[in-house]
Amino acid sequence: IGYGRGVFIEITHRCRTRFKVALATSENFQLSAVTSVCARLSQTKKSLFSDQSSAWFISSPSCVMFLWRTVKWAVSLLVFITFSVRSQDIRNTVGNIPMEWYKDYPHIGYDLDGKKIFKPIRNKDELDEFLDKMENPDYWRTVQDKMTGADIRLSDEQVDLVHRLQQGKFGDVNFNEYEPAIDFFSNEVMIHPVTNRPQDKRSFIPSLIEKEKVGKLVHAIKMGWIKPRRPKETTPQYYDLWAKEDPNSILGRHKMHVPAPKMKLPGHQESYNPPPEYLLSEEERLAWEQQDPEDRKLSFLPQKFACLRAVPAYSRFIHERFERCLDLYLCPRQRKMRVNVNPEDLIPKLPKPKDLQPFPTTQSLVYRGHSSLVRSISVSPSGQWLVSGSDDCTVRFWEVSTARCLKTVEVGGAVKGVAWNPNPSICLVAVSYDDTVVLLNPGLGDRLVCTATDQLISSYEEPEEVMDQSVQWAVAEGEGHEQGHRLILKHPKAVRQVTWHGKGDYLACVMPDNGSSLQVVIHQVSKRRTQNPFRKNKGLVQCVSFHPIRPYFFVATQRYVRVYNLIKQELTKKLMANCKWISSMAIHPGGDNVICGSYDCRLAWFDLDLSTKPYKVLRHHKKALRSVAYHRHYPLFASGSDDGSVIVCHGMVYNDLLQNPLIVPVKVLKGHTITHDLGVLDVTFHPTQPWVFSSGADGTVRLFT
Amino acid sequence: MGGLQKKKYESGSVTNYVSRNKARKKLSLSLADFRRLCILKGIYPHEPKHKKKVNKGSTAPRTFYLLKDIRFLLHEPIVGKFREYKIFVRKLRKAYGKAEWSGVQRMKENKPAYKLDHIIKERYPTFIDAVRDVDDALSMSFLFSTFARTGKCHVQTIQLCRRLSVEWMNYIIASRSLRKVFLSIKGIYYQAEVLGQTITWIIPYQFAHDHPTDVDYRVMATFTELYTTLLGFVNFRLYQTLNLVYPPKVKHTKCASIKCVFKDMHLHISYQKLSALSASLARTVPLVEDEEAELDLFPAEGVSDRQLSYIRMCCTLCRCFGGQVSWDKSLCIGSTYDETDETITHHIVDRPTIDKQYINRYYIQPQWVYDCVNGKILLPVEEYFLGVTLPPHLSPFVEESEGDYVPPEKLKLQALQRGEKPQDDDEEEEEDDDDDDEDDQSEDEDEANLAEMEEKRAQGKSLSVKVTPGKVKPENRMRAEQEEKAEEKRLAIMMMKKKEKYLYDKIMFGKKRHVREANKLAAKRKAHDDSNKADKKKKKKKC
Repeated sequence: IGYGRGVFIEITHRCRTRFKVALATSENFQLSAVTSVCARLSQTKKSLFSDQSSAWFISSPSCVMFLWRTVKWAVSLLVFITFSVRSQDIRNTVGNIPMEWYKDYPHIGYDLDGKKIFKPIRNKDELDEFLDKMENPDYWRTVQDKMTGADIRLSDEQVDLVHRLQQGKFGDVNFNEYEPAIDFFSNEVMIHPVTNRPQDKRSFIPSLIEKEKVGKLVHAIKMGWIKPRRPKETTPQYYDLWAKEDPNSILGRHKMHVPAPKMKLPGHQESYNPPPEYLLSEEERLAWEQQDPEDRKLSFLPQKFACLRAVPAYSRFIHERFERCLDLYLCPRQRKMRVNVNPEDLIPKLPKPKDLQPFPTTQSLVYRGHSSLVRSISVSPSGQWLVSGSDDCTVRFWEVSTARCLKTVEVGGAVKGVAWNPNPSICLVAVSYDDTVVLLNPGLGDRLVCTATDQLISSYEEPEEVMDQSVQWAVAEGEGHEQGHRLILKHPKAVRQVTWHGKGDYLACVMPDNGSSLQVVIHQVSKRRTQNPFRKNKGLVQCVSFHPIRPYFFVATQRYVRVYNLIKQELTKKLMANCKWISSMAIHPGGDNVICGSYDCRLAWFDLDLSTKPYKVLRHHKKALRSVAYHRHYPLFASGSDDGSVIVCHGMVYNDLLQNPLIVPVKVLKGHTITHDLGVLDVTFHPTQPWVFSSGADGTVRLFT
Repeated sequence: MGGLQKKKYESGSVTNYVSRNKARKKLSLSLADFRRLCILKGIYPHEPKHKKKVNKGSTAPRTFYLLKDIRFLLHEPIVGKFREYKIFVRKLRKAYGKAEWSGVQRMKENKPAYKLDHIIKERYPTFIDAVRDVDDALSMSFLFSTFARTGKCHVQTIQLCRRLSVEWMNYIIASRSLRKVFLSIKGIYYQAEVLGQTITWIIPYQFAHDHPTDVDYRVMATFTELYTTLLGFVNFRLYQTLNLVYPPKVKHTKCASIKCVFKDMHLHISYQKLSALSASLARTVPLVEDEEAELDLFPAEGVSDRQLSYIRMCCTLCRCFGGQVSWDKSLCIGSTYDETDETITHHIVDRPTIDKQYINRYYIQPQWVYDCVNGKILLPVEEYFLGVTLPPHLSPFVEESEGDYVPPEKLKLQALQRGEKPQDDDEEEEEDDDDDDEDDQSEDEDEANLAEMEEKRAQGKSLSVKVTPGKVKPENRMRAEQEEKAEEKRLAIMMMKKKEKYLYDKIMFGKKRHVREANKLAAKRKAHDDSNKADKKKKKKKC
């Protein structure tokens, strides 16, 4: 065998004719070719290696290895490429190239002598092919040699070989693959040696080098330099690890150590035979299955088994242990101080309502008569009469103690506000509807007072110089006069609220209109004069109020309450209510405290001496507050809300400036029914008694005593 | 102004923490080794108070360790061992690649190994600390002791775990410290009081494990490594406190009769005898046999290997409380007396019936033993006979506080414990039924009268006017007082500050939920009982 650009194999075979193989003269040398050759070789391996006539020329040592390996490998593969041994020795030397390169040439390659090999002259078409197929009995064993283009008829021997190879048998017919194996090196000790070769000399002469080495080792063992290997301990050795417990040896870090919390102990539902109430019902089970495993309250489904032997293995046991392991080494640990708060301790300690009596506790009278919601009520300064204005365009006068309606006055629109003059020597009621404010003389009570009032009004003399006023004053005449109308004030806009000054001469009206300069007007009844106190109003004015003693004027816009000094004509204070929309306001009779009710359920108590921010904010109502009121003498205030309740609170204000006001809710009064999402619309206190009146959207006025 | 500008994230809490990756790099360990180290040394991550600051402004989820902890790990001898092991593996791989078999052999013999003794001592400076933390160790070692040789962990580990768990059980028996047992669907919970510490562990039922694929067994193995060391030392010390020989030996060694040729074989048999848990252990100082009042004798009988494990469980219990146990000789080694023994009082059987029954003993189901242990009394055996529907098995770990739902079985048990005689439920129930009926009747009469009157009124007939003496409605003072108090409270709540109100509402919500759950359970129970009663009545009627 030569190794280089090509491989020449020359084999003298014992049983075959001598043949010469020229292989791959070009780079197209392929392994398959070699293997196929080797396959052939391997068939006759036995004979080959014993045959001395085989000539092997190997140019590189690795080639030997390679060839030997391929030989072994090829036995199993049996790749077959025909190297037909032909009688005529035409060999194409072009190598393994695509033969279509010679398509257009008359020759198909070159033989060993370098002469052209011409293609056989043939012009067979499909028909010829078919006829050939039909007629030629050897057609099936005819093969075209690609290299020469010649048709070759396979001999019987060759066909047989093909069949054998196809069946995965050895190519050689005579080869017996099941030859009995001769085990030369068996456990049987034979009397004769396998080889007859005489022993080497070195096999019976002791080695000097070894002797030297052994001597060294013996010496080392003698000297104790080499010790025998200690037997390995396979089982761990335990001893008393804590024999010498030294409290000083505890590391500082151990004090900081947070021990892992123990696992939760199982409850009844984990039992194999739990009480029936712990088993999940069908719906609960479905809900459990649909829940995310992380959200589940129980990590398992409670089950019941009739006896212990029926209990199966728990499939998530290893998971649970593993999760515990993960928790132990992955979870950050923190010491969390759990404050065990007793909820009772959170409730503030307040004086008992019983000790804070008197305050209204029960509903005692209901004033029925109005057919629509009662927007506003007011009590006469004597406390004997009550006036109420309703959306059914009437104003009714009631006797407080009997709940009898003494008088009904019809006005030209839904009544927005009523206010009884606080001066006991004047009997006047201001009623506002649409853009009109009417001053009524109900003619109740002391005749003298009534007539005096009428006289006071009629005694008015027109001033000489007529002022241009935005409000028109007119004296009621005819039917109106008989009903009690005395003065009619026409405003440019709808009036929402009327309120009297404590002396009973001044009357303030609110005409809410965002951004307008004319939102609040103050009338002086005795002089029939109207003032517009503000050049400009900031925001939407909700309600106004006079200070009971001093010349202050309170204006509540949506979020702020502004306090003006009427004499100095300046802003003294601006109270921040901390709520979205103020609905109502009331001034403490002492004048230093203000409460504001708002539509966002808050009631803010301001201490004017303390701060401009609320001293206390109560959120005791469930719905928007509509009205708030102070009692004139008793330390009480009340708030009415859309949730239909009136809450009466004790609001004690001390003379001592250092002591903050004491606010204690004392009673929740319920009675009004909620109609159209409106409950209580107005609350007001009786001037002398600890009684509270409330008017509601259900068209009733109620008295709580 | 002079001075250098202060750089961000160079002082403050940032310097106290180090991210996991940084820590790993500082220790120059692979992630797996770092994890092992953390497990062994008990280092866990810390959650910084201001995570963003520590994370240098980033909000990426990152694990942080205390820098002090990592510094502490730096001079841990085990880290060196880890590195050595890494080198060993590399060398071994190389030797395999070169097919140097002698080298492989030599290297394997010199495989670097480490001990965890010092870590145990360091983590648990006092013995009590170690005992306190032995819960997880026990659960894990009992789990590993049930593993088969599946390649999930080393066989040596499994054997060691088996040995340690058996030793522990023997200690529990010898010291009689078992307090509570609970048969759950997950396994069997045991609770023991060892040196004043309550220790709870769980043993899975004896089945082949279906090993999950999403569990990292390396982590488990690392934990087991630590736990076995801990448990070994704890066992040693505990045996010492009882004057028992460690490793344990069976006292009356009948093994002497078995002439064991091979030492291994002998070891195996003695281990089996030990794990049978039926014999008492040898003491270092021989004790004078104290005459214990023999409570019961519990022979158990079983067939399969699974039942064998049950027997062991039962056996542990009985022996913990001073009983004596045996089983069929053919089952396994360690039976102390025969089934035919006349002194046997209770025979535990877990099958529907049994053919041959002795008159002088009770045949009961195993739950009786567990319930007795939990109740600390001998319960009446009637409910536990063969083929009888067992009463529910309650968890002994639940301690009901006020307002919690208490199952009626528990109430019954408590009554028994107080020494009250159990009333016959059925009779009582029937009486109740009668009462209910009477009440119903009287109510019905009233309603009928009222309806009659109404009818007359509707027809416009003048009612026969009759003045009857009015009844004085007694004013319920207590109730009024209560109402007043409730109102006071309501009003006071109105005055709460927003923050406190929120907290109060939260607490009250939790309480209400608690009550709701309790009520739900009670309602469920009632519905169940009612349906049961109805079924019974139907059956009676049919009869």
